Amino acid sequence: MIPFLDIPMQALFGQLLLGLINGSFYALLSLGLAVIFGLLNIINFTHGAQYMLGAFVAWMLLNYLGIGYWWALLLAPLIVGASGVVIERLLISRLYKLDHIYGLLLTFGIALIMQGLLRNQYGASGMPYAIPPELAGGQRLSFMFLPNYRAWVIVASVIVCLGTWLLIERTRLGAYLRAATENPGLTQAFGINVPLLVTLTYGFGVGLAALAGVLAAPIYSVNPNMGADIIIVVFAVVVIGGMGSILGAIASGFALGLVEGLTKVFYPEASTTVIFVIMAIVLLVKPAGLFGRTA
Amino acid sequence: MTMVQHISPAQLAKPTNPPRAGLPASLYGRLFIALTAVLLVAPLALYPMFLMTLLCFALFACAFNLLLGYGGLLSFGHAVYFGMAAYVTGHAAKVWGLGPELSVLLGALTGAGLGLAFGALAIRRQGIYFSMITLALAQMAFFFCLQATFTHGEDGIQAIPRGHLFGLIDLSDDRVLYYVVLAVFLAGLLGIFRIIHSPFGQVLKAIRENEPRAISLGYNAQRYKLAVFVLSSTIAGVAGGMKALVFQLATLTDVHWTMSGEVVLMTLVGGMGTVFGPIVGAAVIVTMQNYLAHLGAWVTVVQGAIFVACVLLFREGIVGVIARHLRWRL
Repeated sequence: MIPFLDIPMQALFGQLLLGLINGSFYALLSLGLAVIFGLLNIINFTHGAQYMLGAFVAWMLLNYLGIGYWWALLLAPLIVGASGVVIERLLISRLYKLDHIYGLLLTFGIALIMQGLLRNQYGASGMPYAIPPELAGGQRLSFMFLPNYRAWVIVASVIVCLGTWLLIERTRLGAYLRAATENPGLTQAFGINVPLLVTLTYGFGVGLAALAGVLAAPIYSVNPNMGADIIIVVFAVVVIGGMGSILGAIASGFALGLVEGLTKVFYPEASTTVIFVIMAIVLLVKPAGLFGRTA
Repeated sequence: MTMVQHISPAQLAKPTNPPRAGLPASLYGRLFIALTAVLLVAPLALYPMFLMTLLCFALFACAFNLLLGYGGLLSFGHAVYFGMAAYVTGHAAKVWGLGPELSVLLGALTGAGLGLAFGALAIRRQGIYFSMITLALAQMAFFFCLQATFTHGEDGIQAIPRGHLFGLIDLSDDRVLYYVVLAVFLAGLLGIFRIIHSPFGQVLKAIRENEPRAISLGYNAQRYKLAVFVLSSTIAGVAGGMKALVFQLATLTDVHWTMSGEVVLMTLVGGMGTVFGPIVGAAVIVTMQNYLAHLGAWVTVVQGAIFVACVLLFREGIVGVIARHLRWRL
């Protein structure tokens, strides 16, 4: 073991790994927020609750229906995404002509309802969700112990993030989406069903949040409050990265997770606040965000 | 970025039929006197503790409404100015042994200082980003309170002495304290009323309605926004300081984001951009919490449902609807 500034390498890499895991969730969540914001022009405050809902649906599938992790990974995003479609059609769609703040307030209210209902039913202490047997155990590397499940979370989220980027930047559907983001009226005039596109985009963004929730379930306990704290950090990530760019959202998610991990090693007291401090500095230096366009 | 038609909250709340011209200029005065009269005799019918809670939150909501309703800025982290002021007031009264007036003054200064720092950062972005920044900064302050020693973590500052006002009037009696709180509340309300109807307030409304135009007329929009942010956070600080004296307690609840959400809800229910709306909203929410307290987490669900209902069906709020029907500006 090579000591580095009196910090054992084991601890350094351990925290970096943890930072990368958190970064995976930040990236998945800020990606969903950015996609939704691009087309719907609302900040989806329910995003954290939908992440939590993803974890809960996975837990319910396992405990009530005996459906395991791998199916949950597919089903939970679909179920939560479908609930998102219903929410968008019934509630959010009524607000598009109004000021953005009403979207924020509405989705905040929905988040409170979801969180309160699940806390009534399951309490606030959290419930365990076992790591799937295929991913139990870990690899003993020369410098650290790498649990298989954690490696999987990082790989999975990188794949999903890049897949989403390819979908938006390289496919016809993505081209429609970008066109509708740029100018919904004109896109509609070209015969593209923009309201449908909007609904599907919301469902997709929500599905991403739920997927992050399923990935998180075995690492953190399944808890009604798990979404509330992470969403505020993700808001800061989004302010730092700027919501104009998909890759920007992904990159700043992972990078800030790593920074948080590093802070845990060198100055643990600041680990909860470091992202907010970075946000303040970015606002002073580059108010539009690192990848943002001034709007 | 798409072009989105920008509609400010007050524009939405604006009555479809404009207020009758020249109608009671003294209406505010009469309503103010009526409100004062009701509040003066209220302790005969209601518990002073309940009334003081109400007044503290009403002042907090009025301060918040100054920023949202008249400045058009939705801060989602207003609990920080309220809660940090409560901590500082509590610390000053308990540890430093200062009198209640100085303690609350220090609380107000805390609100002002934090408002200056956070406001200066937040106004660098607009709209939805502004809200996210205020929320994130508030969360940072929350974690600070969680770790700092003077806040005593989960316990909070307990048994804060109410002391003697100006070293003379003993505030330990709820009924005595009530009239002090009432005086501070009315002073705050008058102050806000003056701000709204001053030239400063008019410029503020102009910026809210059309910022580029206000800038082109030569107004420094950023400076006005920062000023109203600091005014709002200062008054929120006064409310927080009073709350610390009333409950003799300052805890993490006061700085948590749920508190920020509650003050938004109060303003929304009562009617944003109306002078008396936040007071009505605070009365509704405080009463509701009082009666639903035994329901536990259901309170969160009910609050969420009220949020959804208000945004979808009832954007003008209670006072906004009354004002539209009476064709008065309230």
